[in-house]
Amino acid sequence: MEHLIVIVLLSFLAITAVAIVMLHDLVAVVMLFGIFSLLSAVIFLVLDAVDVAFTEAAVGAGISTVLMLGTLALTTPKEKTSPRFAPIPLLVVIITGAALVYGTLDMPRYGDPTAAIHQHVAPRYLERAPRETGIPNVVTAVLASYRGYDTLGEVTVIFTAGVGVMLLLGSPRRQTKRKRGKR
Amino acid sequence: MRHHLILRIVAKLLIPPILLFALYVQFHGDFGPGGGFQAGVIFGAGFILYALIFGVETAKKVAQPEIVRVMVAVGVLLYGAVGLVSLLLGGSYLDYSVLAHDPVRGQHLGIFIIELGVGITVAAVMITIFFTFASRGRS
Repeated sequence: MEHLIVIVLLSFLAITAVAIVMLHDLVAVVMLFGIFSLLSAVIFLVLDAVDVAFTEAAVGAGISTVLMLGTLALTTPKEKTSPRFAPIPLLVVIITGAALVYGTLDMPRYGDPTAAIHQHVAPRYLERAPRETGIPNVVTAVLASYRGYDTLGEVTVIFTAGVGVMLLLGSPRRQTKRKRGKR
Repeated sequence: MRHHLILRIVAKLLIPPILLFALYVQFHGDFGPGGGFQAGVIFGAGFILYALIFGVETAKKVAQPEIVRVMVAVGVLLYGAVGLVSLLLGGSYLDYSVLAHDPVRGQHLGIFIIELGVGITVAAVMITIFFTFASRGRS
């Protein structure tokens, strides 16, 4: 039953991706991006990665849809298309895709307990996290305590993104100057 | 959007539960799914919904851009400060065990504060980015 659900979800994901490539109306593309993120969130949920699903639903389906619509309002909702057929990009995409698929052949099977990732630090975290941190949600314990440096880096990245947007587009002083110039 | 009665009523009904849910995700992240990042995004989404329905200028009166801009830095600084405090108390950077007499209590306290820092920064950045995008369109 779970296999059936995963297959249906992945086919929906593929259909959405193809529709995103085919459509030229960018507002519809943004809506499809939201659906794509929502489908990914459901797939993460099926894989028992609740925290990731949560983030994907909130960021991918929520915030980024709003921000992309905002961008479209600033630019144009129509995609510029070139009528010429371009063989080199197609070739690059096919080769990259084939290399990626070839790479997955070496990956351990899904849920394989002998996979390297389940042998390294994961057992230690699962065994000791509740005792050492007193926090039942191991994901939070790993993110905030064992991997505190990484999370600090991530927050700094978000901070930098905010500062970057403010510097590039924000600056209320420059906007008033421009308004005065228009008057 | 000022004339869309249904949108306005539904938004007024929805925004308080959204903000409440964000706080729940923030402070219940230790026990269930979620944490500072998700909570910050949801909290920001509540404000963005308000700005979409009632206009950016009205939303700026609620979340003043100057204050939100300071909050962007406050979250990161709060996170970094926890690390500094644990350094001063004799531990290594971001080692929460020294924050309280009992290491487990210290870990709990440290995680609580840094998750709060993450939440503040993420929510403030989301609100700021949306305000910036939305204000630019009309100028």
